[in-house]
Amino acid sequence: MPKIIFIDSGNTSRTVDAEVGSTVMENAIRNSIPGIEAECGGACACATCHVYVDEAWLEKTGGPSPMEEDMLDFGFDVRPNSRLSCQIKVTEELDGLVVRTPERQA
Amino acid sequence: MSEPIKTDVLIIGAGPCGLFAVFELGLLDMKAHLVDILDKIGGQCAELYPEKPIYDIPGIPFVTGDGLTKALLEQIKPFGPTFHLQDMVTTIEKIGDPLFRVATEQGKVFETKVVVVAAGGGSFQPKRPPIPGVEAYEEKSVFYAVRQMEKFRGKRVLIVGGGDSALDWTLNLAPIASHLTLLHRRQDFRAAPDSVNKMMALVAEGKIDFVLGQVTELQGKDGQVACAIVRRNDNSVFNIACDAILPFFGLTMKLGPVANWGLSLKDDLIEVETASFETSVPGIFAIGDINTYPGKLKLILCGFHEGALMAQKAHRYVYPDKKLTFQYTTSSTSLQKKLGVA
Ligand SMILES: Cc1cc2nc3c(=O)[nH]c(=O)nc-3n(C[C@H](O)[C@H](O)[C@H](O)COP(=O)(O)OP(=O)(O)OC[C@H]3O[C@@H](n4cnc5c(N)ncnc54)[C@H](O)[C@@H]3O)c2cc1C
Ligand code: FES
Repeated sequence: MPKIIFIDSGNTSRTVDAEVGSTVMENAIRNSIPGIEAECGGACACATCHVYVDEAWLEKTGGPSPMEEDMLDFGFDVRPNSRLSCQIKVTEELDGLVVRTPERQA
Repeated sequence: MSEPIKTDVLIIGAGPCGLFAVFELGLLDMKAHLVDILDKIGGQCAELYPEKPIYDIPGIPFVTGDGLTKALLEQIKPFGPTFHLQDMVTTIEKIGDPLFRVATEQGKVFETKVVVVAAGGGSFQPKRPPIPGVEAYEEKSVFYAVRQMEKFRGKRVLIVGGGDSALDWTLNLAPIASHLTLLHRRQDFRAAPDSVNKMMALVAEGKIDFVLGQVTELQGKDGQVACAIVRRNDNSVFNIACDAILPFFGLTMKLGPVANWGLSLKDDLIEVETASFETSVPGIFAIGDINTYPGKLKLILCGFHEGALMAQKAHRYVYPDKKLTFQYTTSSTSLQKKLGVA
């Protein structure tokens, strides 16, 4: 199973097993990763699942879709590597993915 | 204080569960007023997923959040509920047996025999940017909503965001502020194209400034901002001098005043018993996502069921001398009269 590594704002890292086809957000919630709220349950409607994708993984995850980019307007401290984690689908290719979570979502 | 509005039932929250409660109460001759902090009816269905499909409403294989809200409104129309939108219930006071005085942020006062808390995940409130120390400026020079435009007359106003609220207030406040800057992280906007065009026209006429970047820090004293430190996308930093800042970053659900009503809570949810979904205070009920009991599921269909059982007990408070007989809408002429179909 692919692994995802979440690094929080205090630099603590947590590794979780993620099922192919699930979203990065779902794995964060399932494993009680701090810093992800996901208030809208993955509907791309709340921007409280905002993460920073590690630079080394940007090419593999790709950038946000136009709808996601719009929703990122409701996120804070948005950077070029910002994504909404509910919009990143886990694939075998993403095994070892590193994402950073912000200090607070809202 | 304004004259109290008298009603049988006051429903706090106009989400799907609050709406269907109007139907169940209406069948039993109880009139309802509803208060919701949102500017629209439908709760999460309207605010979070108006266009997304719901597949588990019994008997309706597929409906969108918006579609369900519209259908519920149609269904409860015969009972003429009164909606009070863009207002938040702040206090509930017991003044009789049972009779409650319920007050809102905008100063409305209700006298109601029964209160139904259908507050879902809590009240939708503006997101607060995680700018260090922002709390000290809130409600003094940083505002998440505009209640009185006059407050901003002659001020240097900084509006932050790229959605409809940010654009609408940019257009509304441009003639009032002495100087207005709109700050957004990118050239594109999620707001209505018409508002964006109008804003761009004001920029072209030199009436307002549009600047790209994000606020990282505030400087000021005693709650009064003096300037915002802004980071451009290339990481360079500059200042925007201003007297007031209006950040618009959408809404988030916060429990809000529900916590102060003296109801027994568990993990920020209201504890109820499952025969009538009454809370620890007789006469106050809680239905939908806001309540908790063994086996609770946060599903719309569960909230509908809770509304039906709640109405049976509420009837005893509103009509202590009347006896309820169980009837079907299919066969009861009296129910059909209420629905306007007989
Ligand atoms: C993306 C998503 C998909 C979902 N899909 C489904 C699904 O397929 N099936 C399903 O059954 N459920 C689904 N749900 C859950 C469903 O939306 C909720 O169960 C339902 O909205 C709960 O309804 P409610 O009336 O209890 O509360 P809400 O819809 O949360 O409405 C509560 C309202 O009360 C207002 N309020 C709160 N406090 C106050 C106050 N003090 N004063 C004034 N107003 C106040 C709020 O502003 C809000 O509008 C989904 C939820 C989400 C986010
Ligand atoms: S969970 Fe709401 S946008 Fe991702």
